[in-house]
Amino acid sequence: MSNLITRRRLFWSVTVVLLAVGGIAAAKMMQPPPADLDLSLGKPTDQGLYTASVEPGLSPITVGTMHGWVVQISTRDGKPVDHARIAIDGGMPQHGHGLPTEPEVSADLGDGRYQVEGMKFNMPGWWVVNLLVDGPAGPDTVTFNLVL
Amino acid sequence: MRTSTVIVSALVVGSAASAYWTPTKPQPWSEEETRLVLSLGLASLPPLPADPSNAVADDPDAAALGKALFFDTRLSANGKVSCGTCHLPERQFQDDLPRAKGVGDTARRTMPIAGTSYSPWLFWDGRKDSQWSQALGPLESAVEHGTDRAHIAHLIEAHYAEQYVALFGPFPTLDRVPDHASPNGLGAALDNWLVLDEAQTEAVNRVFANVGKAIAAYERTVTPQPSRFDAYVDHLAAGEDTSGLLSDQEEDGLRLFVGKGECTKCHNGPLLTDNFFHNTGVAAVPGLPDDVGRSVAVDQVLADPFNCLGPYSDAEPGDCAELKYLGKAGHEMIRAYKPPSLRGVAGRPPYMHAGQIATLGEVLVHYNTAPDAPDGHSELAPLNLNSTELAALEAFLGALDPIAKEDQP
Repeated sequence: MSNLITRRRLFWSVTVVLLAVGGIAAAKMMQPPPADLDLSLGKPTDQGLYTASVEPGLSPITVGTMHGWVVQISTRDGKPVDHARIAIDGGMPQHGHGLPTEPEVSADLGDGRYQVEGMKFNMPGWWVVNLLVDGPAGPDTVTFNLVL
Repeated sequence: MRTSTVIVSALVVGSAASAYWTPTKPQPWSEEETRLVLSLGLASLPPLPADPSNAVADDPDAAALGKALFFDTRLSANGKVSCGTCHLPERQFQDDLPRAKGVGDTARRTMPIAGTSYSPWLFWDGRKDSQWSQALGPLESAVEHGTDRAHIAHLIEAHYAEQYVALFGPFPTLDRVPDHASPNGLGAALDNWLVLDEAQTEAVNRVFANVGKAIAAYERTVTPQPSRFDAYVDHLAAGEDTSGLLSDQEEDGLRLFVGKGECTKCHNGPLLTDNFFHNTGVAAVPGLPDDVGRSVAVDQVLADPFNCLGPYSDAEPGDCAELKYLGKAGHEMIRAYKPPSLRGVAGRPPYMHAGQIATLGEVLVHYNTAPDAPDGHSELAPLNLNSTELAALEAFLGALDPIAKEDQP
């Protein structure tokens, strides 16, 4: 009896996994960004330690053009966070690759504003940009979505 | 409330669509497809970007000197090879061979030149970051021109001194610089280089770099030419009738190109390349040395004295963002190569970085089946296109051929 249950479970697990893999493959084929994607350019960081907003230096952002962003970091009650350390990466979740460049903070502009250089997106579609912010309240992360 | 929003949205979409869509023919393009199709037209190509690393990039006298140098076979070990030997102007500046033949046999396919002024990376693996720096590579390659920078500098002094001085100022003294010397040389040329003093190496390198800058000024005049596809895009953008500009099969191919074929992942923008590097599982050529593509080129371009940040560049450090923020080589850069522009692609078989695939039809079968990479990891997944779809894609690629000059409007 218990053997049967195990087998059934195994059957359903395998089926679910196969369906899921099929779904992922289909998603990769058709490249649809999720319908409910949060495209906001300002939001609380994942653990709620800061508020982060980004201002791309190119509007609209075009595929293949190198440009800079300004990142603004504030405390949750709106005070600018100076002297934070910020790392940037990103990629295309549906394609499994990263950015074609390695962007960096090039200048601390003061008032919680940071100049980021080296932003570039080389394909149309859904991109994520991840910031790792290390400030007085500790490290936290935040992800922004873009659809080009 | 919601119903009215839907109606208003439908009206807005409808009126936007009517700007693109002709009433005479049911138009298959969705809003997203229309946006992608328009982004591929030559009308979307920005003006030629400045090259701050080359002060003579847009000087017509430099282009004239560069053109003379481009076709001068004296710039080779055997006096028979010029840039134009492999980059044939009447053949889209390529040579129709699987792998280029200079003074010896090379391991890579000759790349066309049109549109390379827009690329931050040159060569299949991007080991150069400007046209002028690229032009220097083949001169010292043992299998291409097979010559060396000291020999080039002496040739310029002997045959092009007047034009050189007018563009770049006084000719540096090459006194006591031997006929042949190069840090990339073999035998005597290397030994000769190692005993030059700093002023001598600086003089030779300066003349050598300026040769590249003149050739690049000429190459900047080689620009992509309009195709039937561009006429179609122009009509689509203007809301004019597109009937007859592409055949039904070519239009089907275009729909696959921006959709199910996933071609615009890498072949995007008006030059139909993302100018980045991708492993697409192309087979290695038996008998050739290991070729790992971009994964070694990153270190090469960073170490190159003729890069954007180097002493022979005319750029300010702030002009060199591509080099400064380039993506370092990871696993995904193994056997990754730059997608060439697809403009004119149907007219220049064979294909891939070492001419591995003979016909465009076979290239499409390669992308459709997505074979495993011989090294690294292929980015491809099988497309499962049927034979009708593959034929349509091939037909569409033919519509990217440049229209002959005499037929251009």
